[in-house]
Amino acid sequence: MTVLSLVIFLPLVAALALYLFRLGDRASVWTWIVASAADLAIVVALWIGYDGPGIGYETNARWIPSVRAGYHLGADGLSLPLLALTSFLFLGCAVYSLRQTHRVRTFAALFLFLETVSLGLFAALDLLLFFVFFDLSIVAMYFVIAGWGHGERLRSALRFFLYTFFGSLALLLGFIGLYLGSSPKTFDMVELTRNPPLADSPGLAGLVLLAIVVGLAVKTPTVPFHTWLPPAHTDAPAAGSAILAGVLLKMGTYGFVRIAMPMLPDAWRKYAWVIVIVGAVSVVYGALVALAQRNLKRLIAYTSVNHMGYIVLAVGAAGLAGDEAARRLAVTGAVTQMVSHGLLTGALFLLCGVLYERTTSYDMDEYGGVARVAPVFAGLLAVASFGSLGLPGLSGFIAEFQIFTGVIGAGTTGAAIAGGISVLGVLITAALFLRLLQRVLLGEPGTLTAKVTDVGVAERLAIVPMLALAVVIGVAPRFLLDLVEPVSSAVIALVAR
Amino acid sequence: MSAIAWALPALPLVVGALLLLAGRRADRGAPILGVAAGLGTLGLAVAAAVARPDVTFPLFAGLPAGMAVDGLSAVLVVTVASAALAVLVFAAGDIGPDEARARFFGLMLVFAAAMLVTVTATDLAVLLMAWEVMGAMSYALIGFWWHDDERVESANVAFLTTRAGDLGLYFAAGCAVAGTHSLSLDALPDAASPWRDLVAAGVVLAALGKSAQLPFSFWLSRAMAGPSPVSALLHSATMVAAGAYLLLRVHPLLESTGWAETLVAWAGALTALVMGAVAVAQRDLKQLLAASTVAQIGFMVLAAGVGSVAGGTAQLVAHAAVKCLLFLGAGAFLTALGTKDLSELHGAARRYRLVGVTFGVGALALAGLPPLSIWATKDTILASTPGSLYAVGLAGGVLAAAYSVKMIVAVWHPQDALTRDDAEQPGTRHVGLAEKLPMPVLAAVGVGFGIVALPGVLGPWQKLLGASGEHGPTALELVISGGLAVLVAAVVASRRVRVPRLAVAENWLYLGQAADRLVARPVLALANALAWFDDRVLDGAVRAVAAGGRAAATVTSRRVELPTDGLVDGLGRAVRRLAALARRPQTGQVHTYYAQAAVLLVVLTLVVVLVG
Repeated sequence: MTVLSLVIFLPLVAALALYLFRLGDRASVWTWIVASAADLAIVVALWIGYDGPGIGYETNARWIPSVRAGYHLGADGLSLPLLALTSFLFLGCAVYSLRQTHRVRTFAALFLFLETVSLGLFAALDLLLFFVFFDLSIVAMYFVIAGWGHGERLRSALRFFLYTFFGSLALLLGFIGLYLGSSPKTFDMVELTRNPPLADSPGLAGLVLLAIVVGLAVKTPTVPFHTWLPPAHTDAPAAGSAILAGVLLKMGTYGFVRIAMPMLPDAWRKYAWVIVIVGAVSVVYGALVALAQRNLKRLIAYTSVNHMGYIVLAVGAAGLAGDEAARRLAVTGAVTQMVSHGLLTGALFLLCGVLYERTTSYDMDEYGGVARVAPVFAGLLAVASFGSLGLPGLSGFIAEFQIFTGVIGAGTTGAAIAGGISVLGVLITAALFLRLLQRVLLGEPGTLTAKVTDVGVAERLAIVPMLALAVVIGVAPRFLLDLVEPVSSAVIALVAR
Repeated sequence: MSAIAWALPALPLVVGALLLLAGRRADRGAPILGVAAGLGTLGLAVAAAVARPDVTFPLFAGLPAGMAVDGLSAVLVVTVASAALAVLVFAAGDIGPDEARARFFGLMLVFAAAMLVTVTATDLAVLLMAWEVMGAMSYALIGFWWHDDERVESANVAFLTTRAGDLGLYFAAGCAVAGTHSLSLDALPDAASPWRDLVAAGVVLAALGKSAQLPFSFWLSRAMAGPSPVSALLHSATMVAAGAYLLLRVHPLLESTGWAETLVAWAGALTALVMGAVAVAQRDLKQLLAASTVAQIGFMVLAAGVGSVAGGTAQLVAHAAVKCLLFLGAGAFLTALGTKDLSELHGAARRYRLVGVTFGVGALALAGLPPLSIWATKDTILASTPGSLYAVGLAGGVLAAAYSVKMIVAVWHPQDALTRDDAEQPGTRHVGLAEKLPMPVLAAVGVGFGIVALPGVLGPWQKLLGASGEHGPTALELVISGGLAVLVAAVVASRRVRVPRLAVAENWLYLGQAADRLVARPVLALANALAWFDDRVLDGAVRAVAAGGRAAATVTSRRVELPTDGLVDGLGRAVRRLAALARRPQTGQVHTYYAQAAVLLVVLTLVVVLVG
């Protein structure tokens, strides 16, 4: 039993314990909180103890030897921030769920299972293992939406399941392509990274990359594969949305940096411009569509398309020609954005939940002047919104500034144009968040304003740490960047092969 | 030593953040704490100006960040800290105990801190961070009375307009890395072409947006929705001044491109002229002051374009003192009398003498009358300005005299039938000590700061700013501009000439409406169209695929499944029938079995015989 296995399976054990000891509702949530907190503590210890660069805490056990797929785990500067983010967000959702009343034990068990799956994915160093976790995340989230959602939850959950399952099938196809193209044949990510498969058959490599990119693009999601996201978010419970946006979307972007770029470097470089265009389009399109939304949760869902677009833009630009230091900066920005988006959008979705729980409506036109009746809520929503629109002093700026500067600074005309267009996203998101603040918090009271009460203790304890961490990263980002920068250098070097 | 560089912005930032976090609980102590922090900041600013600290720290990989106080920054930090203190003292009296004082003073302190970082930053990353935080604080301050939708809308316009300009800085940062592999401001002129030109374009865009130069001027008109002390700080030493500062700071970059200098000079000169005319046309005191700010900042932008760093900086300092004073005066009138309409303010200066006198002095300085400060600083700029630009600048100066004297006439005119109190809000009929305290000090600076243009002082001033060798004003130029100002002032004061009402100028050239029609609404329409496209077309395609899948399933079940099923069924039926037939011989009676056995035996025998 290695420490990473402990991190991964601790939540699952806790979930089993809920049933084994037939715990009640209160006890279930508290078990969830304690298990997540213990997990977070271990991950923080791993972070502190990590002695990079390279992979630490490695385990490689036999699993399916016939196809050379192993139970291979490890953590480096790319996975550690995401492991930390995952355990941090799950703890936040656990605390937030202290108010949960509907089938609490099953809810807690499902989230603990989802936590195991998410942590496992970010620690997996074997494609099959990665894929198993990738698929299980869809299953678990399906039940979260279908069981505890609202509105057209069954429909949205089914659509979420089918669409992302289609994506994961494409991904599986790509993984099998990687396996078949490797020699000796293996699913091991470290070996595939060391000896990129299909190096001498560019056509096949392009097809495999296409399958992998489509699979990851559905999960991320990027335009035009994003339409499952808004209904899934709108009808999911608040904690489910927070995890979906905060953790599950990162599985897509993580896959770009962990799998697509280093394992298919030639094909990545060849088609990098496509990725760049998809990224730039996602940035502008996501922001514009978000601007037109009346439904608060749909709006935030679309800003995810925008924010993930910056990441896709950056990883695409990393494959273009140009200044190496600048492209490293872009990749660092992309990883920072994964963490930043998790914190800020997680907080935003929990805040949406606060509102919905009191009024059962996401229609922004029915609010107004909420700052009068719920000043703390207003303050938190304002901070999260300004963070999300990229205000310096919060994590979003640190991420986006590095992405813009890296992409434009690479020094090629195409990258400069794509970067220049994407900068517009910062202005559009500013416009939409100011409209959001105006419609919900400020001005004259709306029809539902009187129903809103301020955030309670549990809600505060869940949301404030997320925003506080976003501020810490925004003001003193070095602790995170020191961890990420070696990975960026490595990835850029791998892509350049 | 370097501790001062950190402490200078940290003090107001931390105190401001704590006040914001504490919220309404801290309302009682907020004014004292705010003024104390302002005092401390001024002390640190003076210390920094003397000690000239310099820090660098790692921020992004390979792009070290830093803050430093050189001559230009030294002047700026002292100016910013002084103006902030003056405004905080005034606000301690003006922002009443029933207001959210902790929020107000917290935001003001963070606002000032952001400006302090802006003027000490040595690289584009730190500059942009402070620059944007300053924009966000101005949003929160303009929308301070957020119950009112109109004010919130104004705050939105201010933030979005300035951020549209800020995009230039984001872009410039990328181009700087492409061109110089660093973000350092000093390295910008060395960038390779075309990156150098792109950097210059981005910086100029951001500066013009922040300084509300043409065509961005409209946001400053709407910024009046905030409390008067906000205007006093925003128009003097922060926000709009930041754009002018940035252009003065990167003057070597502008010079190196060959085109940016000319562009900036003309943008500044034309803004000074056109917005001067807009100011003359205003009927609301604060709107007049806002337009005049844009026009006066235009002179600083002109200075950056013609390479008069010493003149531009002197103009910035003198204008900061004067405009701060005038906004505080206008704010005091508004609070006491409940109006800021120029005709309704008749007699205001006579009713509140100290405010009236200092306001009058400030307005005379703004008018460019000799020997007051702006007369001298503006001429220092114009001394470096060639032919046609000089004429435009001089014309801008003439308009300044006109609108300034218009204000003086309005407030010093005896009360008459037009005087109406409380037209906008209930007045307090009271101007307290805290409000009065900063006014004489600011007036003194506004009167005397022109000293830097004197031959004996100009040299050291230029040396301080590292701008030795720039032109100083000649006696002739001083006489011309002073004479013109006096002449225009006399004409306006005599009230013989009626200024024709010009709707275009009165409405700020309809720039706000134009931005709304040409940018905001089309973008919203595009957003709505894309949302429709997303829902109907893109998601519609996904739904169509799903529906197609269901339809295929139906088809399969009817056309394929049924026949297949029928075949299987038929087979089953046939077997059943056979089975029924087979059951018939099973009668259970022994004689029938014997008969069957006999028949079978015969058949068997026959088969054997025939085959064999």
